[in-house]
Amino acid sequence: MLAQRLSLGLVTLFVISLIIFLGVSLLPGDAAQAMLGQSATPETVAALRLQMGLDQPGYLRYFSWLGGILQGDFGISISNQRQIGELLGGRFANTLFLAVMAAIISVPIALTLGILAALYRNSVYDRLVNVITLSSISTPEFFVAYILILVFAVNLGWFPSLANVSPDTPFFARIYACILPATTLTLVVVAHMMRMTRAAIISLLASPYIEMAALKGIPKWQIIVRHALPNAWAPIINVIVINLAYLIVGVVIVEVVFVYPGLGQLLVDSVQRRDLPVVQACSLIFAATYVLLNLIADILSILTNPRLLHPK
Amino acid sequence: MTEPTKPTSTIESADAMPPPPRDESKASIAWRELKKAPFTAQFGILIIITYITVAVFAPVLAPYGESEIVGTEYDVWSNQFPLGTDNLGRDMMTRLIYGARNTVGIALITTLLAFFLGGTLGIMAAVLGGWYDQLTSRAVDVLMAIPGLIFAMLLLTIFGTSIPSLIIIIGVLDSTRVFRIARAVSLNVVVMDYIESAKLRGEKVTWIALREVLPNIMPPLVAEFGLRFCFVFLTISALSFLGLGLQPPTADWGSMVRDNATLITYGDITPLLPAAAIALLTIGVNFVVDWFLHKTSGIKDEY
Repeated sequence: MLAQRLSLGLVTLFVISLIIFLGVSLLPGDAAQAMLGQSATPETVAALRLQMGLDQPGYLRYFSWLGGILQGDFGISISNQRQIGELLGGRFANTLFLAVMAAIISVPIALTLGILAALYRNSVYDRLVNVITLSSISTPEFFVAYILILVFAVNLGWFPSLANVSPDTPFFARIYACILPATTLTLVVVAHMMRMTRAAIISLLASPYIEMAALKGIPKWQIIVRHALPNAWAPIINVIVINLAYLIVGVVIVEVVFVYPGLGQLLVDSVQRRDLPVVQACSLIFAATYVLLNLIADILSILTNPRLLHPK
Repeated sequence: MTEPTKPTSTIESADAMPPPPRDESKASIAWRELKKAPFTAQFGILIIITYITVAVFAPVLAPYGESEIVGTEYDVWSNQFPLGTDNLGRDMMTRLIYGARNTVGIALITTLLAFFLGGTLGIMAAVLGGWYDQLTSRAVDVLMAIPGLIFAMLLLTIFGTSIPSLIIIIGVLDSTRVFRIARAVSLNVVVMDYIESAKLRGEKVTWIALREVLPNIMPPLVAEFGLRFCFVFLTISALSFLGLGLQPPTADWGSMVRDNATLITYGDITPLLPAAAIALLTIGVNFVVDWFLHKTSGIKDEY
């Protein structure tokens, strides 16, 4: 089971790298022509083709691209001729910093709210939380971000509206600069996580052995702690990791709003400039992180569930 | 056994039974159900109706032309320009009204495309089974392993940002989710005896899919349509906000926020209005879907 899931994860990663690479060769004409536009002279197109190695057959280019990435060489940016690896390094760390900070704030809040909503199902509290989280899920991230900027940066002046950190920003100044972006992410992700936690706990409480325990007359808190919780870990861990994956991707818009020097910002800029090698590198990193986190979620839920570890 | 009834009440399903069939027209049943609906659902329906009206009658309601430059840049709220003007001197109110038509319209077309693709392939996968099911399901697994927004951005870089490519890219990427749910609910139906008898009668696959399976999986699909629409709508707005979705001079809520965002640093709430318009519609649709799910089945707590 475990080996199967691990190898499936590796295959997925491989297929994703193939898709990201092949996507580019779907371009009408070729990548060099598409990037330079119709007005480019044949000479510049030929020069770019040579620089991108488009004169080689596809499978060779794929393997040299993949081999380069495995060694940390992502190629050269079209728009500013710099090593992509250089562009990525610090930015990926920044993105992770923001995502981890949001996760540390949101996970405890979401789990507490979700478990409470499941325990007091259909109460006024549950309905209120349901309406609030539904509204929160329905709201675009940039709306939340700008409201926070308007209230806390412009009107109250507590926090900066731009989170432009540099590599030599001290740790606490960095946290201070990231408070508004992290709060935005938290507000968005807590709603998702809370609803998933609630659903997981409710479906657990509906299982026959919980009903049996209740019919035996065991006190409610004991049912929760002794009977429900051991089986609840798997879904809860799942919820957390899936939302971490969501956070990694969700940072894109938040980074743009707060002009935070992360990977998402680089991706958006590169898409606008049609800088394909950088877009490929960024999407590969985002997709790989996403796949790895989902893989970790599955592995943890296999490990915490004895029935999945020993299939019949 | 002190209190046999109390503990079970927490486990019992709270879902209402479907109403018994009566000799009434569908419209009057719908109206009766609507009057019984919770406040949030009525509110949601009101919002949806308002948006549709605004979108349909946009040219009549809007005081100026869609991309007509009528004043100075960033003009304040006045009688002439109810919500001021934007970064190029176009009337905000007009752009907001046309935005309902453009943004909502494109999201709707995209969702329909996603449902057509995903629904067809999903039902077919359930009905046909075998290698076809394996092939489509594994393909969908791979597509879903890549985060949607990132994949959309990669594809938009490759195909360029135009409205048709936006619709096709988001439609295809989102059809994977529709495929999953259509296949899952169809699988419960294809094991029924009447499907077996239809097969024995020698009905064609399309007949089985359209006449036997589809009517029986409508409720979850309708609910999913609402949720998918919200998701597509938010994705397109996010892409437009990033400058990768609808392109100027088309009036669109996402790019309106982006173009006028500088005003926020001066404490002006005008740029937040299009974002609020996006949020209000998705909240409305979500409320209606929530109520619909609660009414039709027990899958309310599934996601």
